[in-house]
Amino acid sequence: MLKVRIIPTLLYKDFSLVKGIGFDSWRRIGPILPAVKIFNSREVDELIFLDITSTNKGINPDYESISELSKFCFVPLTVGGGINSIEQVDKIIEIGADKVSINTACYENPQIISDVANRFGKQCVVASIDVRFENNEWICYKNSGLKKTNKTPLEWAKELESLGAGEILITSIDRDGLMKGYDQELISLLTNNLRIPVVASGGAGPFDDLYDAVSNSKASALAAASIFQFTQNTPNDIKKFLKKKGIPVRLNS
Amino acid sequence: MNVGIIKYGLGNIASVYNALKTFNQKSKIIERPNDIDKLDFLILPGVGNFSQSKFILDQNGWTEKILDSVINKKKPILGICLGMQLLASWGYEGASEFNKEKTQGFGLIDGEVKSLLDIGCDKRIPHMGWNEITWECSHKILDGVSKNTDFYFVHSYVFVPANKANIIATSNYPSPVTAVIAKDHIWGVQFHPEKSSKAGLKVIKNFLDQ
Repeated sequence: MLKVRIIPTLLYKDFSLVKGIGFDSWRRIGPILPAVKIFNSREVDELIFLDITSTNKGINPDYESISELSKFCFVPLTVGGGINSIEQVDKIIEIGADKVSINTACYENPQIISDVANRFGKQCVVASIDVRFENNEWICYKNSGLKKTNKTPLEWAKELESLGAGEILITSIDRDGLMKGYDQELISLLTNNLRIPVVASGGAGPFDDLYDAVSNSKASALAAASIFQFTQNTPNDIKKFLKKKGIPVRLNS
Repeated sequence: MNVGIIKYGLGNIASVYNALKTFNQKSKIIERPNDIDKLDFLILPGVGNFSQSKFILDQNGWTEKILDSVINKKKPILGICLGMQLLASWGYEGASEFNKEKTQGFGLIDGEVKSLLDIGCDKRIPHMGWNEITWECSHKILDGVSKNTDFYFVHSYVFVPANKANIIATSNYPSPVTAVIAKDHIWGVQFHPEKSSKAGLKVIKNFLDQ
């Protein structure tokens, strides 16, 4: 049976691992390489590595860091941040990433999703959507939450799916870093209307809520950052809990 | 012992190279078909679609060299993901872009590569994530791997061999998916051993130790 994936998200800025709240007030946690080594030795299911500054600075992804990290990562690695061209994707995949996560560039040039899917296969394309809840509706934001778009998450996710995205990473900006639980309704809205896997993100905290995201909201994977950085919980702790509740997970021997 | 990773197009080649390094196995990334002659072991990774990749392999002279090495010189080959699917006789993925119904593969192991939908999968596609593999008869490729170990899969197409005896291990999604295939010195894995943590590294090691 296919396992529910627990994915640590590693956000980085200026060569350090960081974590914020609501996509703001970033705290520096430490260098990123030791974190990758630890997660690799714990045999995590997957890692997501997002550079939160490249897009807004208008610079290329940090290929050197990606290459260095991938040398120590024998689990699937998704890399995102600042990707807006197929040439960048070629390079990122070549130096060791398995998937790329694309967010802001999709709004400006949705074709990039199809281009990457045609070149590397759908499974390589993670379309990332950041959402805020405002005036009684969900609205998509780009540029690491700085710029509002005119898209609502469901219509946008469907469009990205039809363009060739292999997976949707849905993040609630409102809940990011609070560790109080995912936006379950938002996750369900997507999983009920898409055929591709949905990765829940933004707010991971209480274990019962993580269970809900899988059992009720039907997320295929759970992404989390703060709980791994600011609490004693490990991905394996979550998996043991989920397993007791009957969710298929991959437990390390 | 010369181990080569065949780089015929784009793809995550670095991961396979890094995986080999964990057990101090040096390898070469081969970018020219003629360099295959120097190798003892061939690893054929793959990201992309069947028809496009096969087109590139044919156009650039890889197909001929690979077939000669594997068939006439009996060099062991390990196909990974799409690299395994390319070992088949035919593949349906992307054939329509070439105005064909199906594309010819290497034909090293008889069979066809069909979409998960066509084998009755009613789950989310691609089949992406960790799934356990099971097997009935042991095979060298699985030495030291416990039954029901999870491996990392990412694919939308499946190798359906003509001869069931070539299926070494399967995974369920929910239809049986060929996870490991083998015929003599021709081996293939649908999952990504280079991304399947310790068990995956063991599979790669088993290939070199055969």
